[in-house]
Amino acid sequence: MRKLWIGLTYLVFFLLIAAPLGKMAIGAFSEGFGGFWNALTRPEALHALMMTGLVVIVVTLLNTLFGIMMALYLVRANWINRRLKGLLNSLVDLPYAVSPVIGGLMIVLLLGPDSALGAIFEGIGLKIVYAIPGMIIATLFVTFPLMVREVMPVLQEIGSQQEEAASTLGARGWTIFWKVTWPSIRWAVVYGVILTVARSLGEFGAVLVVSGNIMNKTQTATTLVYQDVENFNVTAAGGIALVLAAFSAGLLLLMEWTKRRKEVQ
Amino acid sequence: MHVEVRGLNKHFGDFHAVKDVNFTITKGHLIGLLGPSGGGKTSILRMLAGLETPDNGEIIFHGQTVNNLPPQERGIGFVFQNYALFKHMTVFDNIAFGLKVKKVSKTAIRDRVMELVELTGLKGFEKRYPHQLSGGQRQRVAFARALAPEPQLLLLDEPFAAIDAKIRQELRAWLRELIERVGITSIFVTHDQDEAIEVADEIMIINQGQLEQKGTPWDIYKEPKTPFVATFIGESTLIEDASEVKGFKGAGDGKPTKALIRPEYIEVGNLHEFKMASATEKGVVKHLHFRGSEWLVEVEVNGHKLVTYRSLEKETLQPGQDISVLVHRAYLFNDERSWIQENNLKEDPMPIFI
Repeated sequence: MRKLWIGLTYLVFFLLIAAPLGKMAIGAFSEGFGGFWNALTRPEALHALMMTGLVVIVVTLLNTLFGIMMALYLVRANWINRRLKGLLNSLVDLPYAVSPVIGGLMIVLLLGPDSALGAIFEGIGLKIVYAIPGMIIATLFVTFPLMVREVMPVLQEIGSQQEEAASTLGARGWTIFWKVTWPSIRWAVVYGVILTVARSLGEFGAVLVVSGNIMNKTQTATTLVYQDVENFNVTAAGGIALVLAAFSAGLLLLMEWTKRRKEVQ
Repeated sequence: MHVEVRGLNKHFGDFHAVKDVNFTITKGHLIGLLGPSGGGKTSILRMLAGLETPDNGEIIFHGQTVNNLPPQERGIGFVFQNYALFKHMTVFDNIAFGLKVKKVSKTAIRDRVMELVELTGLKGFEKRYPHQLSGGQRQRVAFARALAPEPQLLLLDEPFAAIDAKIRQELRAWLRELIERVGITSIFVTHDQDEAIEVADEIMIINQGQLEQKGTPWDIYKEPKTPFVATFIGESTLIEDASEVKGFKGAGDGKPTKALIRPEYIEVGNLHEFKMASATEKGVVKHLHFRGSEWLVEVEVNGHKLVTYRSLEKETLQPGQDISVLVHRAYLFNDERSWIQENNLKEDPMPIFI
């Protein structure tokens, strides 16, 4: 009986994770290494990877900055009304609850060419939806809770006394942040960065809606994979998917390592 | 630093934490803020530091109102209850922090830190991190860190609360000596009356946000101004009707008056041990507790349980033994006033003049 359960567990693991990964790798190399290389170096693939890279970098930078600030304000600022704080705190989790596709749709409705705001931006020559700004906003929407939720518990745990002590010793805002707060939260921030990179690398739904998936313009790696699959181009899809999967595996290892550092603190 | 506080008030939501507190503190004094937990002591301390903003009232340092000054500019040192050491910095860097912020030269920082390390007995620990130190050592680092920028006022929030009893004793004496040597005006918060009495030049008793009494430990012990102070200092027994105690008949001129009787106001013994036998009352020994250097005796007199001490030099008592009890004085209070009264039978009714 016990052997059966163990066997079943391994079977599930194999069917769910190992087999698809293996099949994907085989698919990517079904036309040899040349096929894999060609799939990757197609102009649209290179462009899609570049778009993904750009979105990941910009989103990670913005999300790190605003995520830390949001966490600081939610935990430390006593000038914010307590009810408002509670409301903000639950709003942060909204992207967890809302499907990314709906997130993307909200952005299209708010900033699309047919909306008032979108028209204003278009008037000054800034296209948001079906362009890179919209894709960044959509990915930011999806990743926003990640940094806040990593940093907030650490801030709560260390308390404000060290910061207060620093202020009685004459230190001001920035000095207190860099010398006292930052060393305590840095591993949580690193962890949050890794989560943000991983999430924005793999984001599909919100970006698909907002970008319009225009080849060589707003197509990202994930939406290209989607299009390749639609076109029955399994080799091409597998090649890019393999690259994404490799990145994710690397991030996973980094995540494990950071988690250990975070616990040591 | 000369400190003055006028009409200080603080609310936290609906909770009135500090109620119209006024006091002045003379330069160089060591003041103990004493009172039960949650009484508003820490709030007062944090307002002095600028970590909390008063709702109204004035805080005056050296004749200047500092209400609008942030903590950075008040020239104070603050020692937190849990020390709040910078846990990712060494002892040296912790102590040097205030000086580095002030952009003092490297050599001056080194000299000052080494001086403080020496003063606080932390020599050899400069390179350690807070988690590598014992509670007492952390406490010393917290003192040294607060003292490094040469503040004019040192504020200490329950400085010994997190340290075990034996080391607490040593640290108290050490702190007292250190503050005397540095000559800095200091205010510390405590809920431990022994600590306040032992360490402070003056005690301020804070209860439910109000300043009940301010004075030297001896004054407060000798003449408590309010029933709260009388019960809080010492281990008193409360008697609902003072006139039931022998020698206090007619106390309060007929008004219902309560009595607080401290152990040291009571004498117990065999009748022949007393000079004024007529002032004594009969009682029964209920319990005896050995307190290391004396006996703690619980006696029952007229249905009231009184607590007192008895020297080990005297004849040892037994539970259940009949005994004579003399109440030398009591702290009496009613709705109008409170006062200390001597036993009125102790005056010999028929003095014999030779």
